[in-house]
Amino acid sequence: MTALRSWLSDPNPASRRQARLGQAWLAWQRIRRNRLAMAGLVIVGILLVVAALAPWIAPHDPLTQDLSRRLLPPGTPGNLLGTDDFGRDILSRIIHGARITLYIIALVAVTAPVLGLLIGTVAGYFGGWIDATLMRLTDIFLAFPRLILALALVAVLGPGIENAVLAIALTAWPPYARVARAETLTVRSSDYIAAIRLQGASAPRIIAGHVVPMCLPSVIIRVTLDMAGVILIAAGLGFLGLGVLPPAPEWGLMISTGRKYLFEQWWVATMPGLAIFIVSLGFNLLGDGLRDVLDPRSSSR
Amino acid sequence: MTALPAPPPRSRLLPFLGQIALGIGTLAITLLGLLLITFIIARVVPTDPVLSIVGERATEAQMEAIRVKLGLDLPLWQQFFIYVRDALQGDLGTSIRTGQSVTAEIARYFPATLELATLGTIFGTLVGVPAGVLAATRPGSIADQIVRVVGLMGYSMPVFWLGLIGLLVFYGKLDWVSGPGRLDPTYDMMMQFTLTSYTGMILIDAALNGAWDVFANAISHIILPAGLLGYVSMAYISRMTRSFMMNELGQEYITTARVKGMPEWRVIWVHAMKNVLVPLITVIALSYAYLLEGSVLTETIFAWPGLGSYITDALFAADMPAVLGGTVVVGVVFVTLNMASDILYRLVDPRARA
Amino acid sequence: MSLLEVKNLRVTFDTETGPVQAVRGVSFSLGHERLGIVGESGSGKTMTGRAVLRLIRPPGRVDADVMTFDGQDLLNATEREMRALRGKRIGMVMQDPKYSLNPVMTVGRQLTEGLRLRDKLGRADATAKAIAALDAVQIRDPARVMEAYPHELSGGMGQRVMIAMMLIPEPDLLIADEPTSALDVTVQAEVLSILDGLVRDRGMGLIFISHDLRLVARFCDRVLVMHKGVVVEEVAAANLLEAKHPYTRGLLNCLPRIGGPRGPLPGLDRSGAWATEGAP
Repeated sequence: MTALRSWLSDPNPASRRQARLGQAWLAWQRIRRNRLAMAGLVIVGILLVVAALAPWIAPHDPLTQDLSRRLLPPGTPGNLLGTDDFGRDILSRIIHGARITLYIIALVAVTAPVLGLLIGTVAGYFGGWIDATLMRLTDIFLAFPRLILALALVAVLGPGIENAVLAIALTAWPPYARVARAETLTVRSSDYIAAIRLQGASAPRIIAGHVVPMCLPSVIIRVTLDMAGVILIAAGLGFLGLGVLPPAPEWGLMISTGRKYLFEQWWVATMPGLAIFIVSLGFNLLGDGLRDVLDPRSSSR
Repeated sequence: MTALPAPPPRSRLLPFLGQIALGIGTLAITLLGLLLITFIIARVVPTDPVLSIVGERATEAQMEAIRVKLGLDLPLWQQFFIYVRDALQGDLGTSIRTGQSVTAEIARYFPATLELATLGTIFGTLVGVPAGVLAATRPGSIADQIVRVVGLMGYSMPVFWLGLIGLLVFYGKLDWVSGPGRLDPTYDMMMQFTLTSYTGMILIDAALNGAWDVFANAISHIILPAGLLGYVSMAYISRMTRSFMMNELGQEYITTARVKGMPEWRVIWVHAMKNVLVPLITVIALSYAYLLEGSVLTETIFAWPGLGSYITDALFAADMPAVLGGTVVVGVVFVTLNMASDILYRLVDPRARA
Repeated sequence: MSLLEVKNLRVTFDTETGPVQAVRGVSFSLGHERLGIVGESGSGKTMTGRAVLRLIRPPGRVDADVMTFDGQDLLNATEREMRALRGKRIGMVMQDPKYSLNPVMTVGRQLTEGLRLRDKLGRADATAKAIAALDAVQIRDPARVMEAYPHELSGGMGQRVMIAMMLIPEPDLLIADEPTSALDVTVQAEVLSILDGLVRDRGMGLIFISHDLRLVARFCDRVLVMHKGVVVEEVAAANLLEAKHPYTRGLLNCLPRIGGPRGPLPGLDRSGAWATEGAP
């Protein structure tokens, strides 16, 4: 362990891999010192574990109704967080809901940044009218308020989890395109790109093989920071009844059913909201810490 | 020793006007794009607009007549052209639900949203800017940590849930504020039948009428939703202020001001703040725009008869002209706010004027 | 009686990886004379200048055995007392007017600010004084410059404005931190001669911080050579070119000479014991 540590923190690395791992280790050390970022990491970790093990750790089936046990308060034996209007265990529903949340995040995280990267790198690499057109398109999408555009899209596509993801992804790509274009512009004129071009590499090959990798770090930081926003929009769509359809235990949907009982059975709406809040806070804390560590200009020191 | 030539005479107006012209040009293109997107969305709607007007039992001939009347027999580009022309004349179509002009309906709903978002932005700015400055001047301190965590919590809070919790606590349990709606029913009647409406914003109208009991009641209704939106906007504004202020405080001109013996409050609130203001204007405009959007969910919670309620209600009635009309209006407001912040930015930053 | 007395000055920065000392025990005293401080970047010369004005912000710290200005203890002075000294009795000119002037305030406002706030002068009096100061640094058409924003000025003009701003309260000590390094060579000479004339006429003390050995030799009475936060040699400017210390000699050897050998410039030899002396 100590040998490994000294190998990692060696100021004079012997190989490129040692240097790279050493850098990663240093970044990890800095994140570890940032208590808030660690809290975020722990929350995201718990989300992953809970989602993976949902069927095994949930005390009840999330869909089984028991009308004799409806609207029980938190702390009832067997129903730690109480039950909802159909007598379903809220804790179990939140645990299973983690899977849906994670599913939505994952789908958006693999679609929107890819679309944004594609548009941004192409615009930045080719420049000229292609750049002007694509960036204008980006501006137009940015001019739309995200939630309202997502609403309009879902209204057209119809409710459902895939449509919600599609609507969110279609509204989430423009910032990635901006970031990717900015990075591309700085890379484009560098000598190694010129060298590759002189070797006869085609434009798609240069973009995919040499420009995109340069854009990835900044895009990844943005993705982490954006995840909280995605969770909130997805929950908002669910709350309006435009996302995941009932009886699925989606958190936003659960809040919307709890709304009817707000003043008498407050826990029905409060518990899933807390889940949304904690998870999105986790992503925010983590993303914030990552940015501090990986982008020294914005650090708090 | 030769003296250096004086700087050229500075005409501040001419280039400025040119920039405004350019801004209006981009604005026009963006609006056209906005309309194109809503047009495309409207045309791929699976529900047939003709069917929803005439009903299932209409004859083929009746349907054809309506189709011609709606201009749906024309080629797509002509339909788009008509759509843009109408939109420019302020005609966003007719609501399927109510049969009224979408523009007129939105004009009735919009002031409520504007009132809510404006008050929210004012709250957010009044709290967020000092909080951000406090955090920036004491980095790493307890105050800084609190501002940071409170801000991140605001970022992470689902607005609609926060609204419900706010109602539960402040209305349901503590009874400090009034419940959903803009006014109690009695005052609402007064507002509608005995007072003159100037702006559609109740606070302003009541004040102009001198109806202070209505004003007080309106305050007790708006304070909770506006406070919640203000919290969300405060989260964003305080974070941005902190980061801008930190950046400025590291600049050399700050040292100059200190060397001149300026007191610290002046260094921060005059020297640094004047520079922070430049990017901060954009941030405040952005957060204003986001509040207009965030009001969609807040309004449904607080039964607030604004644009957000209008759009969501239309959504559930499958009233696409109303949904898209509302979307266009919010988009236009977004773009206009962007341009306004751009102009303000140039007014504040002498470097951008040249 | 000396104007400024500094003994064993230390500037420490507490960083994530432990404390770093930027200045490690610098001592000097200054009368109404021109003292040069030379050294490479990172030698602590700028930090020394700023420490005198107590402008080091956290996480930096300043401590010293003695640091007095005109008999007044700078180390234990309150922030209020320091503010009364700054600007009024000690001024500082920084490297690049592009950064050291506030970009969104007119030159006039920056010049008159101190007069109006501290000396409670009326607008007209303050403006008249500011224009006179601009005149003194040989700016033609000062009324127009007063209306200008810093980005509308050339580097040389900006630096003159900066000098005018610092000289308005007629300080006893001026710290010039690389005042000409960001300027074109032709403008450098003009700015230097303005500075020179003003310091001579008004009998101010001057600390001239620079990395340019020849400039310092020509411009100052006495020179401190700094390396890694330590003063390695103190010589009269006239004798600088005959300096004995290996580091100073090394620096001198780096200067290209017309007609000299045109081989690669020698690297600095830092192997001597002096290179680590004073380290904690």
